[in-house]
Amino acid sequence: MLQINKLYLSVIAGCLVPLVWLGVDIALNNLGANPIQALHIRLGDWALRFLWLTLAITPLQTMTKWRGMADYRQLLGLVAFFYATAHLVVYLIVDHGLMWRLIAIDILESAYIWFGVLAYLIIFALAITSPKLAKKRLGKNWKKLHRSIYLASGAAMIHYFWQLKGNLAEPVLYLLLIMLLLGFRILVWLKNRQFNKMMLPKGRKQ
Amino acid sequence: MIIKTHNQIPKIPSSEITDPLIFKERRKIIKTMLAMTVAGMVSPYTKAESAKSKGATVAKSKFSNASLTPTSAELVKNYTNYYEFAFDKEGSTQLAQTLRTDPWSVEISGEVEKPGAYHLETILRQQTLQERIYRFRCVEAWSMVVPWVGFSLADLLKIVKPLSTAKFVKFTTLYQPETMLNQRSTAMLTWPYVEGLRIDEAMHPLTMLAVGMYGDVLPKQNGAPLRLVVPWKYGFKSIKAIVKIELLKKPPLTTWNQSAPHEYGFYANVNPAISHPRWSQNTERQLGSGFFTPRRQTELFNGYGEQVAALYRDMDLQHFF
Repeated sequence: MLQINKLYLSVIAGCLVPLVWLGVDIALNNLGANPIQALHIRLGDWALRFLWLTLAITPLQTMTKWRGMADYRQLLGLVAFFYATAHLVVYLIVDHGLMWRLIAIDILESAYIWFGVLAYLIIFALAITSPKLAKKRLGKNWKKLHRSIYLASGAAMIHYFWQLKGNLAEPVLYLLLIMLLLGFRILVWLKNRQFNKMMLPKGRKQ
Repeated sequence: MIIKTHNQIPKIPSSEITDPLIFKERRKIIKTMLAMTVAGMVSPYTKAESAKSKGATVAKSKFSNASLTPTSAELVKNYTNYYEFAFDKEGSTQLAQTLRTDPWSVEISGEVEKPGAYHLETILRQQTLQERIYRFRCVEAWSMVVPWVGFSLADLLKIVKPLSTAKFVKFTTLYQPETMLNQRSTAMLTWPYVEGLRIDEAMHPLTMLAVGMYGDVLPKQNGAPLRLVVPWKYGFKSIKAIVKIELLKKPPLTTWNQSAPHEYGFYANVNPAISHPRWSQNTERQLGSGFFTPRRQTELFNGYGEQVAALYRDMDLQHFF
């Protein structure tokens, strides 16, 4: 138990490394000529990366048959939510100084932001239903609700891709990764379906 | 129908290639002119000594926004879009250092009385350099204030005498794939980079050709040795490293317009009311502004409406964006 807690704590520490790194870059004035944009983009990038990591846990669990991974999935999901929140806070406060009229015009006129808002609303709902108590209360619906992480990932991906202008190396890598993660789930689903078919008593139609 | 032609750089006959000594001479001309220009008025960018010793008498340009505080030169030098070199700002600044800018001549052709290949030093000898502080607004929604050094494009055009049939001006960037590495692939944009103006826009006194900034010669990443500056239009109109100026009867097909016509119009006048299909143009981030400083409200024609609005009096700006 102590062993696992140690691992859990070091994972938390690892998740905070990008934040510390950003803090150091701010302190050393390392963010270039447009530091607010750099800060905003880096937080968004990390939100995306932790979202992909969260999605990678289930396939990893299936492949390694390690049973203790659900906690890490929850943790990484919350970390993704944390970076997405920081991304949003920087947009609202640091970049726009809470000037709501400017913010409203920006969101209305920028189609790519709509998908960012959608992705955030979903992972917000997932984050507040993350505690065990909420899981108990929601019962069967919890799993259904938390499947919408796929929808959030899709929206986040559109949000990310739509604002790009130049280099596509990193985005394409992400796209490949997501296709792998989703492909894995489709394979598992197909395999389970076949397995279920085999398990059906003979002579009964499905 | 648009017929694509492969742009070939016309070979300059060897008799016209300037002797290396003359290029050094050109550098001297620019430096001396800059020293003279700058000494009289903008001491912050030159060493106090030279300002005292020279005390030149170059008039302040009436087109300069003297009340604006220029963005720190370091930021302007390190935040450049130059897709010929790299698609990111740090990379383009670094790689642009390999650009060869000597020798440099500008081919002026088309609907003009005196076409020809003009050496940059010949052009410069005929001009009085001025410093002008202009706002610069990028379509990526950031902006800066730059003290450019140069002259009105109109003053160059007057020398070559446009014919009455000249309705548009086409500008072409250098094609040098051995240093401009991205010119080897046309996946993203077609090369060389082309921009254009309507003749009245080109003749407008605010439109300038810059050879320097902050009291020094232009850094390579900022468009050396000769670039266009059109302060009321988005930055991509202000084409860098110009080697060709053509006066045309018809509007030229410009690079970004060709690449994404719904996103980048021919006019590309700064206008907060016309959002880019993907992002708003309502506000801008001023380079050098601190954390928690709200974005600046973008102005129509980048704040130069008083001078240029008349050019577009009868036009639907929503349509001709």
